[in-house]
Amino acid sequence: MKFLDEYRDGDLAQKLAAEIHRVTTRPWTIMEVCGGQTHAIVKFGIDELLPPKITLIHGPGCPVCVTPLEVIDQALEIAARPEVIFTSFGDMLRVPGSTTDLLAVKAKGGDVRIVYSPLDAVKLAAENPDREVVFFGVGFETTAPATAMAVYQAAAKSLKNFSLLISHVLVPPAIEALMSAPNCRVQAFLAAGHVCAVMGYEEYFPLAKKYQVPIVVTGFEPLDILHGILLTVLQLESGRAEVENQYVRAVSRAGNQPAQDLVRQVFQVVPRKWRGIGEIPQSGLGLRETYAAFDAAKKFQLTDHRVEEPAECIAGLILQGLKKPHECPAFGTRCTPEHPFGATMVSSEGACAAYYRYRRHEPTERVVTQ
Amino acid sequence: MNAPDFSATCPLPIAQYPHVLMAHGGGGKLMHRLLEDVFGRAFRNPILDTRHDSAQFTVPPGRLAMTTDSYVVRPIFFPGGDIGSMAVHGTVNDLAMSGARPLFLTSAFIIEEGLPMETLWRVVCSMRDAAQKCSVQIITGDTKVVDKGKGDGLFINTAGLGVIEHAQVIAPQNVQPGDAIFVSGDLGRHGMAIMAVREGLQFESTIESDSAPVHEIVLQLLAAGIEIHCLRDLTRGGLASALNEIAEAAGVKIAVEQKAIPVREDVHAACEMLGLDPLHVANEGRFVAFVAARDAARAAEILRSSAVAAGAALIGRVVDQSGSLVTLKSLLGASRILDMPSGEQLPRIC
Repeated sequence: MKFLDEYRDGDLAQKLAAEIHRVTTRPWTIMEVCGGQTHAIVKFGIDELLPPKITLIHGPGCPVCVTPLEVIDQALEIAARPEVIFTSFGDMLRVPGSTTDLLAVKAKGGDVRIVYSPLDAVKLAAENPDREVVFFGVGFETTAPATAMAVYQAAAKSLKNFSLLISHVLVPPAIEALMSAPNCRVQAFLAAGHVCAVMGYEEYFPLAKKYQVPIVVTGFEPLDILHGILLTVLQLESGRAEVENQYVRAVSRAGNQPAQDLVRQVFQVVPRKWRGIGEIPQSGLGLRETYAAFDAAKKFQLTDHRVEEPAECIAGLILQGLKKPHECPAFGTRCTPEHPFGATMVSSEGACAAYYRYRRHEPTERVVTQ
Repeated sequence: MNAPDFSATCPLPIAQYPHVLMAHGGGGKLMHRLLEDVFGRAFRNPILDTRHDSAQFTVPPGRLAMTTDSYVVRPIFFPGGDIGSMAVHGTVNDLAMSGARPLFLTSAFIIEEGLPMETLWRVVCSMRDAAQKCSVQIITGDTKVVDKGKGDGLFINTAGLGVIEHAQVIAPQNVQPGDAIFVSGDLGRHGMAIMAVREGLQFESTIESDSAPVHEIVLQLLAAGIEIHCLRDLTRGGLASALNEIAEAAGVKIAVEQKAIPVREDVHAACEMLGLDPLHVANEGRFVAFVAARDAARAAEILRSSAVAAGAALIGRVVDQSGSLVTLKSLLGASRILDMPSGEQLPRIC
């Protein structure tokens, strides 16, 4: 496929891998922040091409995985109401709340619909004036502009029957939280290319300086990721800690200004709880007071959802890069995509699901030989 | 193939009954007219024409193959086909997977009250044309009408009967180490065609379903003496599900190569955009064939000489009998599990 197959070329990948082998002299631990990158690494077997000295750990950049349990429970409560058409991106539907998931709510008669854009939800609201249309606004800086545009358009159309359950999160505060944790092993980051396509990469300079970590803005195709790792290792080996842009074909330093303006107009930065990690200050987006009428959490006067994660689930440790999925005793046995304990097993971009789909023979064999 | 102009040719006067009514399934005169003038007229053949409760027929000597399937596709008409032609192709293809020559089909219609009569007529005509092309007869059937809101327009259930004229045993248990694994063409087109229409997604060109009968090419392979160990049509769950089912039933390890698996560029692009894997997406005119290693080259030649399998590709081999596993060699050369899809395919966030 044009502009895609070129970045999956096996021979070029081998050459990049050989170069990484050549320049690596010491052990390094690199975190890829984004779940899309984790998925590509495991799917294409990119980590198998790397020298054993390089450890990749899988970061918290899966929006489905980090959406807190109580927000999922709120979504379930809203979606079950008879007057509501609940709209969501597809992969949120299977994420378990504390008792059930959106697919089950749909099976019981809830009107739950997959949309490809928040603007489709606005259209639904305009077409169904007697129903309440709610959009589940989750995701990083990548999806936030589209959500903001939905709010903006709904306001312009004076739609009274449209609202959003918002759980948008931001990447740089999560990197800050990871780096300031006492047990942090991460020595460098591959930053998420699509987040930077929207936001640019100015905000990473203070982080690279403060924590002395290389941050390389990286794309999602195998050659992008290998190239990003090569740039990162070159920095680490030479003792540099800079912000670099591997993904030049999509990312500029300033990013997409109109998108950023729209996000700022509609949202304000708020503290946000991350599933498996806890509350991170200034790490989320919430609707500004001007747009408070579109806040589904206020509109539906939800009950206070305070829930505990299943004690056995180590998703938090995985999202912080402290454990690998197959190091969990429940992995692939009691916890599977069909019966997930935590969101990292549900989302196609969650580290556990990626390992389960592509790797589960490995831990099993290891267990047998021990 | 298009249905003839409805108003001119449909035997039930459209002005009188533009929509299917509950009474069309009620057992009275209206139902009788629907059966006679729509189904009876379109599907007519000597066995159906006896108008008995059950069809009576003689079968040629040999083993028989039988299958049943239900069709619930939405929308009823999609680029490259419709529920009627798909019902015929799907049933014929299920029989073909035993290497059977399809002979007879049954068809039962569950119609939602209010379905436009024209829609029903177009579907019936499409079934008739597909059956003629596949040289099968629709010899008995049934019609039920359900209340508005209790169905999704139209459901079709079929059964198919075919005769097996060869001595080979085509089944997963016959799969052997070294077998060559072919797919009969590019993958994922039916699923993406449906998804594009259903979700209102627009791509540069229309993706058309691959819905087609494949029995002729299977019979050609058998006639040429190709030793076929297993066949499976790649419907829901796609190639990944079919390979996993066979690996599990046969207790074998299967290794396939990503770069050998044909996927059209537009399908690939649509899947990338939605975060779907073309190997998990449904097909309606594609099958996977496990062929004895020594016949692989000849099988490839025969497959590629036919229109329906012109894009056939050798995608991998059966490795050994050390357990049930399907692995895929990625474009980078690394090997990973190719798993069955888990639940419904859901487009992802980003």
